[in-house]
Amino acid sequence: MRRFVFLVPLALSLIIGTFSVWGLLNDRNPSEIPSALINRSIPKFDLSPLPGLRTPGFSRDDLLNLKKVSVINFFASWCLPCRAEHQSLIKLSQNNEIVLAGINYKDINKDALDWLTDLGNPYTYVGNDFSGRTGIDWGITGVPETFIVNRDGKVVHRFSGPLVGVKFKEFKELLTQELR
Amino acid sequence: MNFIKLLLVTFLYLVPVDTILAVEPDEVLTDLKLESRARDISANVRCVVCQNEPIDTSNSGVARDLRILIRERLLAGDSNKEVYKYLVDRYGNFILFKPPLTLSTALLWFMPLLVFSLGVVILVGVLKKASPSNKSRFSDTSNDTKVLDSLENKKGKK
Repeated sequence: MRRFVFLVPLALSLIIGTFSVWGLLNDRNPSEIPSALINRSIPKFDLSPLPGLRTPGFSRDDLLNLKKVSVINFFASWCLPCRAEHQSLIKLSQNNEIVLAGINYKDINKDALDWLTDLGNPYTYVGNDFSGRTGIDWGITGVPETFIVNRDGKVVHRFSGPLVGVKFKEFKELLTQELR
Repeated sequence: MNFIKLLLVTFLYLVPVDTILAVEPDEVLTDLKLESRARDISANVRCVVCQNEPIDTSNSGVARDLRILIRERLLAGDSNKEVYKYLVDRYGNFILFKPPLTLSTALLWFMPLLVFSLGVVILVGVLKKASPSNKSRFSDTSNDTKVLDSLENKKGKK
């Protein structure tokens, strides 16, 4: 037993080393905050429409009554990554099985209208969250953020950041699973 | 020149931290008691944008919204606990700087105690071995007196 005592430091450094390598190589993102809403019913909200836009606003009850899988997208005209993901949202809006609803986060009314006119309006509903209070109720950390809500009105996935490239692919896969 | 630089840096350290906090004048409540509670809470709440900063010192928009929200909750009569719960409901335990004791954080909380106990066990083991009063080797003194007697006898014979 005593003979092997000299191996203790080696063993310790191996254990610590393994954790360090795992921490470096693992593709987990430590600054990504897990959403507190996952597997919970969507929060209460009732958003008025954007003044000057024909698309209606919406509330929690509106979504629950649809009994459809819905995608809730927080966006703002001042948000550059939102511009990047807009084409993905347009593509998504062609799917009739889902409801795509937008929440316009802390935006100037005219800018938001121009944005939807210039880039196209993919949303079935657009709610106006000028105060950002609904954003807090959904626990968002910034825009864009996108939630997948199942038919029972439960939040099943949250994506933070623009839905482009690999992330959009991952998003579509998870959405398809939900539609099954 | 270097001395002056040193002096300047030293003075910078003496500037009270309170004067450079992010809380803006329009957020401050007139009720001093509530305001100090709000400050206490926001010092313990993590900003979700600049993540290692409390919302009390953060300049981000969400941090400001949360500071105002905390004050609203306090004005509505919430206890500190209820305010924390309100925030955790939306952002999860991540938003608290002090993680609550749950099954997943138990190791984190009890690790110091574990390491301390391990240290005590090792220390006791080492001390026992090194102690001169180790009974197995030193308790039996009858043999010692015999040896002493025989030595003294030899001495007397000479």
